[in-house]
Amino acid sequence: MAGNNPNSKPMNLTLKVWRQKNTNASGQLVTYNVKDISPEMSFLEMMDVLNEDLLRQGQDPIAFDHDCREGICGMCSLYINGRAHGPESGTTTCQLHMRKFSDGDTIVIEPWRANAFPIHKDLSVDRSALDRIQQAGGYVSVNTGGVPDANEIPIPKSIADKAFDAATCIQCGACVAACKNASAMLFLSAKVSQLALLPQGQVERKTRVENMLAQHDEEGFGSCTNIGSCAAECPVGISLENIAILNREYIVAKATSENV
Amino acid sequence: MILDSKIPDGPLAEKWEKHKFNVKLVNPANKRKYDIIIVGSGLAGASAAATLAELGYNVKVFSFHDSARRAHSIAAQGGINAAKNYQNDGDSVHRLFYDTIKGGDYRAREANVYRLAQVSVNIIDQCVAQGVPFAREYGGLLANRSFGGAQVSRTFYARGQTGQQLLLGAYSALNRQIAYGKVKMYPRTEMLDLVLVDGKARGIVTRNLITGHIESHSAHAVILATGGYGNVFYLSTNAMGSNTTAIWRAHKKGALFGNPCFTQIHPTCIPVSGDYQSKLTLMSESLRNDGRVWVPKAKGDKRPPQNIPEDERDYFLERKYPAFGNLVPRDVASRNAKQACDEGRGVGSTGLAVYLDFADAIKRDGLDKVSQKYGNLFDMYAKITGENPYESPMRIYPAVHYTMGGLWVDYNLMTSIPGLYAAGEANFSDHGANRLGASALMQGLADGYFVLPYTIGDYLANMPAAKVSVDHPAFKEAEGAVRADIQKLLSINGTKTVDDFHKELGHLMWDYCGMARNAEGLTYAKGKIRELREEYWKNVKLVGVNEEFNQTLEKAGRVADFLELGELMVTDALNRNESCGGHFREEYQTPENEALRDDENYTYVAAWEYTGSNSEPILHKEELQFENVKLTQRSYK
Ligand SMILES: Cc1cc2nc3c(=O)[nH]c(=O)nc-3n(C[C@H](O)[C@H](O)[C@H](O)COP(=O)(O)OP(=O)(O)OC[C@H]3O[C@@H](n4cnc5c(N)ncnc54)[C@H](O)[C@@H]3O)c2cc1C
Ligand code: SF4
Ligand code: FES
Repeated sequence: MAGNNPNSKPMNLTLKVWRQKNTNASGQLVTYNVKDISPEMSFLEMMDVLNEDLLRQGQDPIAFDHDCREGICGMCSLYINGRAHGPESGTTTCQLHMRKFSDGDTIVIEPWRANAFPIHKDLSVDRSALDRIQQAGGYVSVNTGGVPDANEIPIPKSIADKAFDAATCIQCGACVAACKNASAMLFLSAKVSQLALLPQGQVERKTRVENMLAQHDEEGFGSCTNIGSCAAECPVGISLENIAILNREYIVAKATSENV
Repeated sequence: MILDSKIPDGPLAEKWEKHKFNVKLVNPANKRKYDIIIVGSGLAGASAAATLAELGYNVKVFSFHDSARRAHSIAAQGGINAAKNYQNDGDSVHRLFYDTIKGGDYRAREANVYRLAQVSVNIIDQCVAQGVPFAREYGGLLANRSFGGAQVSRTFYARGQTGQQLLLGAYSALNRQIAYGKVKMYPRTEMLDLVLVDGKARGIVTRNLITGHIESHSAHAVILATGGYGNVFYLSTNAMGSNTTAIWRAHKKGALFGNPCFTQIHPTCIPVSGDYQSKLTLMSESLRNDGRVWVPKAKGDKRPPQNIPEDERDYFLERKYPAFGNLVPRDVASRNAKQACDEGRGVGSTGLAVYLDFADAIKRDGLDKVSQKYGNLFDMYAKITGENPYESPMRIYPAVHYTMGGLWVDYNLMTSIPGLYAAGEANFSDHGANRLGASALMQGLADGYFVLPYTIGDYLANMPAAKVSVDHPAFKEAEGAVRADIQKLLSINGTKTVDDFHKELGHLMWDYCGMARNAEGLTYAKGKIRELREEYWKNVKLVGVNEEFNQTLEKAGRVADFLELGELMVTDALNRNESCGGHFREEYQTPENEALRDDENYTYVAAWEYTGSNSEPILHKEELQFENVKLTQRSYK
């Protein structure tokens, strides 16, 4: 809060930002100086300040994705000083605040990099590949209406809690950006294990994992070599245990496949 | 224009069943001959799209987001109401209906609200069947919590991420239909105009946000599920992209706008910290289950909260409203917080904040239990403010949160334009002058899963299946107008940015059309907004071209619409010479400073007709009939 922390002095920073006109253009890092940045600002508010400056000078503002600015929509996606979503663990870019930086710092800002995420412009990338993985099987096939009363499907609290934890993935793609193979396995495993844990997900359990994995590979994501940088950078703490569940699901599905 | 709300006859409890029986059906084999456009993929849009596609219609869904799942519904925290009465605490469809009508200060339609309460129970069943991981008790059954304006526990939740989990349920149902080829999804595509052919809604004009490509899409009916317009205030709890463009452009094409001034100011948000602030963050209402709201008794008491002894604290909600205490409805809680700050008893460096204190809850239930319930909210608070809410009380202040107003719709959710429907926060229905917590998620899903799929069939059954080509002159004309507006904005090359204008508008709206309003201020604001709008079209500065990913251009179109909508909100607030719910006119209050309604003269929905950008809109009134509840002064004491 303003004045809450009386020692919070405004900062001057050097930014090196990836600029790229469109998908096919080549890009480069461009240096900008920003002044009088309050430590209470969010990182994206600092970017807003820079963009307003650029605009006033008649220059093209930097394109970046964001919407909720609350860490839940999964839209923000900056690679800051070599880390997906920046230096603070368990935090999306929009929830990162400038108090994590110091006066005089140089900050390098790049887009998510992965073959499956073409760059639209500057820092904004196309993550529709993740939607297509969901479309390949990330659902329970029930139509609206004609379902049983909610309490007819009791679910032990521990299982429900675990399924919930997996279901909190915000589909931001940081796990892909953090992975040297650009694998989306953590993201994929979150959905697979949510539905594998719940009774509602049992019927389509095998086809789901097979189809989602096939789509994952088709989109050009790399394979998982168990490095774990995905989970380290995941802003909502999706755990590697989900990948273990995914592997188990896949082995069982393959052994007794219904996909013919 | 005749406003026909099309409320079915018969006793309240039987209207919907009867109506469902009476509506015409489209035969299953014919459904595939009909195309439906849905703009918006939030709870309302995604649930409608999935359900209509399951029924066999061809559906096209548009969203300005890069994925359907990023709609602002994802951010809803606290929960969703349903009259399941799983807690056996006396809840019923009738009680949910009654609470909602009363919470809305008797400015909503009885029949719609009753239907909402009826279908609420189906929503929970549907979501659970999809695998939505609601909170559960140790016995494996669903858990509930309490929300403001109710004395029963009927709110279902998924930790502090209920909206996320519900939207992911609807998104998964939508994905399934996309995979089947029944829904075609257009992400990063913004609707910029509605197209009417022979007086009926037959399509839309869109802009691809990446390439700038302007395109027309034709259909037999159009549904707008485009969310709320709280961002007219610049600062709100809405996401940065939330806007009014879709419904405003439909309004300009003839759709009446219902109760535009009914805005909800949410009592528990993180206070503003500086002018760079881009948005405000909500702290879920569920926190008022366990948090106690207070300010120091003495004016200007700047001691840290821990040093203020118990008997020098004023727990003003508990003091004034012993029956509901901290769980009074939002408008009441917000107004009281403002009052405490106006009296000079506000806390924090700006004096525009009150405390929300969990010390007692932590003492009573232990830190673990409190963190289990609210952990993610506490973390969010800590990230934003740099302070630890487990140790010192949160500071909160009211912020713009939800818009009860929206496109006027009849019982079938059809607007005043045939074939144009509005669902979710985009319509005006169900919440009257104040929405109860956990009721927006309920309404969005009710509209999409359980209402529209019936009512739209009734309309299509009477319609020939022949398609209208996008080469029709009506489409070409609309495309031309969209291009011309864009070119105009790009060519002004003035000196002020879009955000400069947006902030100025926001200040005007907050100061004069916010938590407290009066005739003098509203009249002043109206003149100012007109001036600002005029200046906008002469002096706004954009860069770049249409044929590229141009985020400033996107925003410029949205702010142009806010500048028109803002004036209509002020006009509506000025017209309504009473206080009700979130609309508090200072001239009309009881001796205890509560909202003073004028039931004799204002028991109506104000539905406004557009007549041009600088001419006065025409007011149409839909008189509200209350046959099942008695209008009384709301009391939460
Ligand atoms: C922070 C927060 C917390 C909340 N918590 C709760 C809660 O706990 N319980 C509760 O009941 N309610 C809550 N609400 C309210 C509730 O979340 C919303 O009212 C509701 O989710 C709105 O859903 P919707 O489907 O109508 O619109 P949205 O979810 O806002 O979706 C709008 C959609 O329309 C699209 N769109 C808009 N304009 C265009 C256009 N021109 N062209 C193309 N696409 C367009 C968007 O891309 C998006 O897909 C909360 C709201 C906020 C802001
Ligand atoms: S698993 Fe984590 S990092 Fe990957 S998409 Fe989901 S939330 Fe983002
Ligand atoms: S902007 Fe929504 S998660 Fe960051």
